[in-house]
Amino acid sequence: MSVEEATAAAAVGSGAPAGGRVLVAMSGGVDSSVAAALLVRAGYEVVGVTLRLWGGESDSGCCSVSDVDDARRVAQQLDIAHHVFNFAEEFDRQVVDPYVEAHLAGKVPNPCIECNRHLKFDHLLRRARLLGFDRLATGHHARVVTRPDGRRRIARGADAAKDQSYVLYMVGAEVLAGLMLPVGSLDKDDVRALAAELGLRTAAKPDSQDVCFIRSDEGRRGFLSARAELHPGVLVDAAGDEVGSVPAVELVTPGQRRGLGLAGGGTHRYAVEVDVPARRVRVGTAEELLVAHTDVADCVWTDGTPPAASLPVLVQASAHGPVHPAEVLVGVVAADEAATGVGDASPSAVVRWREPQRRVAPGQSVVFYDPAAPAEVLGGAVVAR
Amino acid sequence: MVGRAPAGSLGGMDAYLDHAASTPLRPEALAAVTSVSAEVCGNPTGAHGPARRARRVVDEARDAVAALCGVEAGAVVFTSGGTEADDLAVNGVLDAVAERTGGHDHVAVCSAVEHPAVLEPVLHRGGHTVRVDHNGRVDLDHLDAVLIEHGDRVAVVSVMAANNEVGVVQPLEDVARIVRRRAPDAVLHTDAVQAAAWVDLAPIVASVDLLSVSAHKIGGPKGAGALIVGSGVAVAPRLRGGGQERGRRSGTHNVAGIAGFGAAAQATLAARADTAARVAALRERLAAAVTATVPAATVTVPAEVPQLPSILHLCIEGADSEVLLFLLDDAGVAASAASSCSSGALAGSHVLAAMGVAPERAAGALRLSLGWPSTEAEVDHAATVLRAAVERTAAFGAAAS
Repeated sequence: MSVEEATAAAAVGSGAPAGGRVLVAMSGGVDSSVAAALLVRAGYEVVGVTLRLWGGESDSGCCSVSDVDDARRVAQQLDIAHHVFNFAEEFDRQVVDPYVEAHLAGKVPNPCIECNRHLKFDHLLRRARLLGFDRLATGHHARVVTRPDGRRRIARGADAAKDQSYVLYMVGAEVLAGLMLPVGSLDKDDVRALAAELGLRTAAKPDSQDVCFIRSDEGRRGFLSARAELHPGVLVDAAGDEVGSVPAVELVTPGQRRGLGLAGGGTHRYAVEVDVPARRVRVGTAEELLVAHTDVADCVWTDGTPPAASLPVLVQASAHGPVHPAEVLVGVVAADEAATGVGDASPSAVVRWREPQRRVAPGQSVVFYDPAAPAEVLGGAVVAR
Repeated sequence: MVGRAPAGSLGGMDAYLDHAASTPLRPEALAAVTSVSAEVCGNPTGAHGPARRARRVVDEARDAVAALCGVEAGAVVFTSGGTEADDLAVNGVLDAVAERTGGHDHVAVCSAVEHPAVLEPVLHRGGHTVRVDHNGRVDLDHLDAVLIEHGDRVAVVSVMAANNEVGVVQPLEDVARIVRRRAPDAVLHTDAVQAAAWVDLAPIVASVDLLSVSAHKIGGPKGAGALIVGSGVAVAPRLRGGGQERGRRSGTHNVAGIAGFGAAAQATLAARADTAARVAALRERLAAAVTATVPAATVTVPAEVPQLPSILHLCIEGADSEVLLFLLDDAGVAASAASSCSSGALAGSHVLAAMGVAPERAAGALRLSLGWPSTEAEVDHAATVLRAAVERTAAFGAAAS
């Protein structure tokens, strides 16, 4: 794709007159660099901002200094103003602390989704409006589409392998009215080619990996053990017999097979249920992981309200995982909820799978796509248990 | 007569109110930096004509800086700036004492509101801080107590002449009296980086052994500064090498920068009292306008407390410094809040924390600092823009809640 085509595509669907003011969240990566560049070329008045989220050490140095440097240097190349907003306190409170707590409660949280929910598309958006910007842009690989009736939705990015619509499911109509995703209609290769063509210094910068606040040398375990006490747990089979042990029950994910220390050969055995308070993990066969329905909480719908009480959807349960048909029963509480008392948020919906599916770990998000328009997001929720 | 900043140096801002961070080059300094850069190629330590020219530039600047500080030329040790001067004072004295005694149990003491250039080296070497009162003035009783407790182990005490964030002036003569009584062997240092443009340094230098100044806070270029070293004060070098500055600071002189420093020192000294009076009046005008039109703003250091004429520090209730600075910048007003971390993000203020300012008040901190070229028009514009920014913030806050 040429620079001209990409520039035109960047402005498409924005509904904003050229010359309007756009605040671009610049992470220091190639995607948001190109996003900013395309908006500048399309005639918008662009201001770049980098969020200082994690104040501790990371793979890119303390306070992610090198990423901030990259963002600032790209902004200089584009001759746009660049600011740094210090959201470290909010990030700790709304992303990091809940991340630790969720693990201690036996859940597998997705901090990137919570960061989008609380920081980028709430705190930053409100900040942008306060500062006089009615438009916010990011470098996500997803698109904002406008339906024939004028309503907007998040849709999958053009590059299926890089699609980030999954982590944007919480973006509602009100946010979509002012959101621009300039690289969503580009393949990643095109993004890099454009960055190179425009001479942006981030053109060859590797994609970011994993959770930004966890250093690769310490890992999830090192991070959590520095902030909370992790406990050894026992592995038991269906009969309740002890078959092994793990050093930290909080780090076991339902569906996990590797790292349980179980001998290979024969039938693979998986973590089927993780009971953190009892420090016990039940292991079993792949068949035992299959569930007919999944209780979810914190449902959000792009249009604000669920489209129907019972809604056919395509469900994606991980960032780049497959989609499976299901039905969302909104407002349904599982029959055994009161009896078990499990979960700290009451499920606000039940996902009834068309075919039994492998369990999705509590804390993970499930995202609902429209069967009639499979690229488009209807909403999503967090698995309760 | 108000001097003018070099054309374009204020980046097109309508009001530059961040002179405490850096003030524009004085025309005399610009001329000196330009002509020396163009015309003087020698290394001052050489033995030929061009070297002698360079040496003369450095020595004449030394005279000018000495005059500004009220000392003999031989007391001036040129450094790369205020931070290096502060580092040389703290670490250089600790190193000298360690070399003399052969031990390493000596420490430094400083006020809790020092610039990081002092605070960090002091803490890095296991030193102690002295509390300040709610106006940021050193708690003399606590200084007394700290010195009694650590007595002969204290090698150096550092208390700034004036604070860079809130502008409060420290009672250095009282500090000196206590230090001489409780720790007679200790060296007393003052960071006069902020004070030098505004106050007579002679009485200060008479009370202390070491004094730091920086060129770019008085209208000179960045990258030059000096530590004034009193006679007989032992300061071990931090940079060893060619033995420049009588062995106290090796490294080829920043000749053009030092020339600009000297020119700025001369210009500052010639007009200091007049400039201070004029800027004090501007500050009053700004304070009056802000307190009249921004009810949420309180002046952090009350008028009766000794302070620099140039800094108006405000805490604006319900506001966020980051938001205010953005809105001000957008409207052509350059200001600042607390210091920034290495990523460029605003960090919390250790000065306000030491003064006991509640975090929610400190969150709306704003420093408006004036300088030699400041004008009434800038001050009036800033007051208008600040009012609009605070009102916008309040309106959004009300809408959110």
